[in-house]
Amino acid sequence: MFEVAPFIPFFVAALLALVLRGWPRALVMIAVPLLGLANLWMLGAGSFGAYSVLEFDLLLFRADKLSLLFGYLFHVAALIAIIYALHVRDTLQQVASLLYAGSALGAVFAGDLLTLFIFWELLAVTSVFLVWARRNGRAYMAGLRYFTLHILSGLLLLGGIIFYGQAHSSLAFGQIGLGDNAYSWMIFLAFGIKCAFPFFHNWLTDAYPESTPTGTVFLSAFTTKAAVYALARAYPGTELLVYIGATMACFPIFYAVIENDLRRVLAYSLINQLGFMVVGIGIGTSLAINGAVAHAFNDVIFKGLLFMSMGAVLHVTGRINGSELGGLYKTMPKTTILCIVGAASISAFPLFSGFVSKSMVMSAAIKNGYDWVWLILLFASAGVFHHAGIKIPYFAFFAHDSGIRAKEPPANMLVAMTIAASLCLAIGIYPQALYSLLPHEMAYTPYDVTHVLTQLQLLFFSALAFVWLNLRRLYPPELPSVNLDVEWLYRRLFPQAIRGFVTAAFRLDNRVRRAAIGGVGALMDSVASHHRPAGVLARSWLTGSMVAGVVLLLGVYLLLGFAL
Amino acid sequence: MSTGDKQDFFDKPENIQRILRTFYAICALLVLADFVVHRHTEHGWEGLPGFYPLYGFVGCVILVIIAKWMRKFLMRPEDYYDRLELGGDTATGANGATGTESRSQEEGMSGGQEHV
Repeated sequence: MFEVAPFIPFFVAALLALVLRGWPRALVMIAVPLLGLANLWMLGAGSFGAYSVLEFDLLLFRADKLSLLFGYLFHVAALIAIIYALHVRDTLQQVASLLYAGSALGAVFAGDLLTLFIFWELLAVTSVFLVWARRNGRAYMAGLRYFTLHILSGLLLLGGIIFYGQAHSSLAFGQIGLGDNAYSWMIFLAFGIKCAFPFFHNWLTDAYPESTPTGTVFLSAFTTKAAVYALARAYPGTELLVYIGATMACFPIFYAVIENDLRRVLAYSLINQLGFMVVGIGIGTSLAINGAVAHAFNDVIFKGLLFMSMGAVLHVTGRINGSELGGLYKTMPKTTILCIVGAASISAFPLFSGFVSKSMVMSAAIKNGYDWVWLILLFASAGVFHHAGIKIPYFAFFAHDSGIRAKEPPANMLVAMTIAASLCLAIGIYPQALYSLLPHEMAYTPYDVTHVLTQLQLLFFSALAFVWLNLRRLYPPELPSVNLDVEWLYRRLFPQAIRGFVTAAFRLDNRVRRAAIGGVGALMDSVASHHRPAGVLARSWLTGSMVAGVVLLLGVYLLLGFAL
Repeated sequence: MSTGDKQDFFDKPENIQRILRTFYAICALLVLADFVVHRHTEHGWEGLPGFYPLYGFVGCVILVIIAKWMRKFLMRPEDYYDRLELGGDTATGANGATGTESRSQEEGMSGGQEHV
C-alpha cells in the first residue's frame, strides 16, 4: 500500500492554495483535513519513511496510541479552524495556516529527534505569519518577539540533540527523562518554552491576542499541544513537572481576572489549562497521562470554541476589550449560546467535555499523594470558571449595554463554532469514545454521584462568589490597561537599560571628544601666543643676553665633559 | 424571532431577581445534599460537609481580592509598551489607521459572504 505521511496532504494543499482562488480553494482546504483523517485512520499504528543522514537512522512516521490521538485531534482542529476562516480572502493566512497544521502533524509523528527538530522550527516559521497577518505595528512587534523565543526553543532543542547524539548511538525519540547531563535539560527547556512554562509564557499572551480573529484559532490549537505531546513522550513521571504545572494552573488566573482584552484573558486561561496537562504528565501514572492527553484533546476544542466566539465578536464589532463590550446577546444570540457552551466546557460542568478529562488529572494527583497540588488544582478549577466561564461571556454579551448592535458573524463562523460545541457536548455525554483512543488501558467512570455533586458545589459557589462580589461592587471593573508580566523584562527593562547604556556611552564619548578638541585648541593657542608680535619667540633679543646664553651652554658642556 | 422580548429580558430587574433567586435556591440545595448523599472521599478535608462549596466561594473571593490588589503595582496605561515600541503617537496613529482599514476590509468580505 502507498503510504502518505500525515503532513504531506497539508503541504500539498498549501501549494494549491497559493494558486487557487474562490470556491476551488475552499473545497481543497475543507477536503484536506477530511482526507487526512481518513488516511491516518488507514495508517493506524506503525512506522515507515526511514531515511538516514550522517549515519543516523531517521524515521519520518512513527505512530502509537499517543501520537495517533494527537494526530486525530490536529485534523479535527484544522477542519474546524479552516471552516471558521473560509470567509477570509488572504492567501498569506490560508497558506500559512495549512503549512502550520501540517508542521504540527509532522512533529507528533516524528520518529526521531532530528525530524522533530525540523518540524519544531517549521511550526515557528509558519505560525509567525498568522500573527503578522494582522498587518499592524503591534502585531509585527509581537510576532518578532514570538519568533525570537521559538527560534531560541529550536536552538536549545538542536543543541540538546547534538549532545544526545554524542551520548547515544541512536536519535530515536522516546523517553529521555531529566538526568545529570546537559542534553536532557536543554531538550526539557526547549519543550518548556513551547509549552509556556512560567517565565517563558509571555510569547503566548503577547502574540495570540494580536493575531487575526481566525489566526488565533489556529495558533491556540497546535503549538502548545505539540509541546504537551513532546513532554508526554520524553518526560513522563518527571516530578518537577508536577510543580511547574501547578504553578501554570494557578498564576495565570490572577492575570485573567484583571485583563481587559478578552482574547488575552483566554490566552492566560490557555496557560492555566496547560498546567493541568503538565501536572498529569509529571505524575506519570497511566491515569494521569490519560488525563493529560484527554484534557489536551478537549482543550483544543473548547478553547478553540471560546477563541472563535471572541474572534467573531472582534470580527463584527472591531472591538475586543471588555471595557468596550457588553449587551451583545441582544443581537448575537447564537454566538452567545455557543460561547456559553465553550465556557461550560472549560469550567468542567457535568455533561460538558472538560468534566470528563480534568477530573482524571485531579484524581491522579490525590491518589499519588500530591495533596497540596490537588488543592491548588481545585482552586485553579474554581478560578477558571470564574474568569473563563463567567467573565468571558458576561463582559462580552451581558454586563452593561455598550450600545453596540452587531449582527451575527458569517455563516461559516457559526458552522465552525457549532461543530466545536457539538463535540464538547458529545465528549461530555459519551466520554467512552474519547477514552478508547487514550494511550493506556483503564477503567474510569467520570459520572458518579460524589463527583458530579462536588463539582456542581464547587462551580455554583464560585458563581455565587461572582454574584456576591458584583452586587457588593467589589468586582474589579474592566479597565483599559496593560498589566506587567515577565515580558516587562524584555519589553521594558532590557530595551531601556540598553538605551540608557548607549546614551551614556555616547555622552561620555561626546565629552571625551570635546575635551580633546578643547585641549588641542588650548595647545595651539599657547604655541601661537609665543609667536605673536609680543610673544616670547617674536621678541628682539639683546646681544649681551645672547652671549650669556652661549656661555651658559658652554658651561654645561664643560660639566658634562668632566662628569663623563 | 422574538428579538423584541429578548432585548427586554435582562434589562428588567425583576427577571434578574427571579434568576438570582433560582440560583440561590440551587446553591442551598447543593449544600443540603452534602448531608443527605453519602460521598466517598479520598482526602481528609474532602469529607467535611460543605468543603467544596466553601472552598469554591472563599477561593474565588480571595482570587478576586488578590487580583485587585495586584492591579496596584501591575497596572499601566494601555499604550505603556506601544510608546516605546511603536515610537510615540505617530506610530500608534498609523497603527490605528491600518487596523481600521483591515477591519473594514474584513467587514467588506463578510458582507460579500452574506450576499452569497
